[in-house]
Amino acid sequence: MSGNGWNPRILVFACNWCSYAGADTAGVSRIEHQPHFRTIRVMCSGRVEPAWVLRALEKGADGVLVSGCHFGDCHYIFGNHRAVEQFEKTMRIVRLLGIEEGRVRLEWISAAEGARFAQVIDEFTEQVRALGPSRLGSSLLSAFGEQLHLPPSPSPGRVGELKAES
Amino acid sequence: MGGNMDELARVVRQTNAWACYDCGKCTATCPVARVGGGLSPRRQILGAVTGRPVAGSDGSLATCLTCGLCDERCPAKVRFTDLVLELRRLQGAAASEPECPHGGALQSMMRMQARGTTTQQRLGWLEPHHRVEPTSGAVFLWTGCTPYYDAFFPELGAATLGGTRAAVEVLNALGVEPVVSAEERCCGHDLLWNGDVSSFEALARHNLELVRSSGAEILVTPCAECLRTWRLDYPRHAQGELPRTVHLTELVAERLGELPLQGGGERRVTYQDPCRLGRHLGVFDAPRRVLEAVPGLHLEEMRRTGRRAQCCAGGTWSSCDRYAKAVQVDRLKEARATGAEVMVTACPKCQIHFLCAMKDPKLGDEIRIELRDVAELLAASLGSEGKGSDGH
Repeated sequence: MSGNGWNPRILVFACNWCSYAGADTAGVSRIEHQPHFRTIRVMCSGRVEPAWVLRALEKGADGVLVSGCHFGDCHYIFGNHRAVEQFEKTMRIVRLLGIEEGRVRLEWISAAEGARFAQVIDEFTEQVRALGPSRLGSSLLSAFGEQLHLPPSPSPGRVGELKAES
Repeated sequence: MGGNMDELARVVRQTNAWACYDCGKCTATCPVARVGGGLSPRRQILGAVTGRPVAGSDGSLATCLTCGLCDERCPAKVRFTDLVLELRRLQGAAASEPECPHGGALQSMMRMQARGTTTQQRLGWLEPHHRVEPTSGAVFLWTGCTPYYDAFFPELGAATLGGTRAAVEVLNALGVEPVVSAEERCCGHDLLWNGDVSSFEALARHNLELVRSSGAEILVTPCAECLRTWRLDYPRHAQGELPRTVHLTELVAERLGELPLQGGGERRVTYQDPCRLGRHLGVFDAPRRVLEAVPGLHLEEMRRTGRRAQCCAGGTWSSCDRYAKAVQVDRLKEARATGAEVMVTACPKCQIHFLCAMKDPKLGDEIRIELRDVAELLAASLGSEGKGSDGH
């Protein structure tokens, strides 16, 4: 873990049918991976619109990962193609704003790919860690810029290890 | 909006809302109300005056286009548009955010610019033949958010940047090499009209200092909303004198004799007065003089023109619904009724919103018309010596 105690705050949008299930597979298989992310389950990666990723970045997320089904496997047939269109639009805005491209990523992870989910999380966490804290401010702000108070980042641990205290 | 009664009373006095005598002309005139949207300016005014604002209880405050038509018609000179601005500010102070179109993506984008902690990459639209200065000069070209809009609305075919590029070309043809800055940030118009005053003020402070340090004497912009913001909303935040602020058409209208304009064939056009340029700022003649100076262009006015012009229902990105669409469709039909081939605008918001309305698969050809910024028509009719190696 990082020497100065900073860990990235990563938001993951995972589609219900593939990627979220893939995350569950990683958990059930007790595969260890970096814990520094929170997941929002969506029914389809194609629902993830630029506004969501931009809002996460605005509020200080260090990294945002969007994950869905592989092409041909989407539960809604073409939703993951829509995800690509939305993501390309998001990336254009991210670039214009001068936010590092490495903070935002689109991946396809299937329900069976628990190991791959863990690997993507590990890689992306290191990628974001190397970029450092978001330059948009590491504290969360409300829609109108008021400071919100967060509990301190939990002490580093590995998912899969039981911890004695909460 | 609870504990803010004193503030509300001050706003009521400041906007002349207390003078309302309940005649209802505002609601009768309101474009949103006329197509069936539930906005009643009269109800909003009476709510504010009686200390029981409706703003919190229904969403209609967000649907006001802030177009100013009601202000034109009000016999008591109530400034409803200003009242909406203040009510949204009070709503913003209570941190209640309305449901924004596009999920609030554009507001997020603008607030990230307000934060000011990233370095934008916003000059990719410049072409080799554009002659611009990076930081200092007598004329500052305020480009506005067009690079972001074209990135966000790719289906509109890079429409708004066409006007931005053309503005540079027109200025170059006048012998002006304007400052085009990589540090330009959103003018804050939409955030201000959405009630987010603190983000607006952060943007204003940054932008004012940027332009002051450029040494510019004139700030020229092709965007009606940026102009309104610079001319009306920035002065109270400025330390010292602002440069002279003009719309591109105002500058060109003063220097028409210097532009080598050639005809591009006979074309009938109609002009859409942007609400910010027209009713908000009173600039109606300059764009028309500019259009009339282009050889071959025949300007046909729409039925409701000038002070009566109908807004594009751009609505500061605060709402977008079927009523906004109905307003846009009515206006496009009006444009088509003039027989014009081209609808000319002076604001990128108008371009975006009318092009979006034209995506309607059912109305199809009935509302389709070519949409161009004034700058694009000017640039297209410049003689070859007025452009660089390769024009449009």
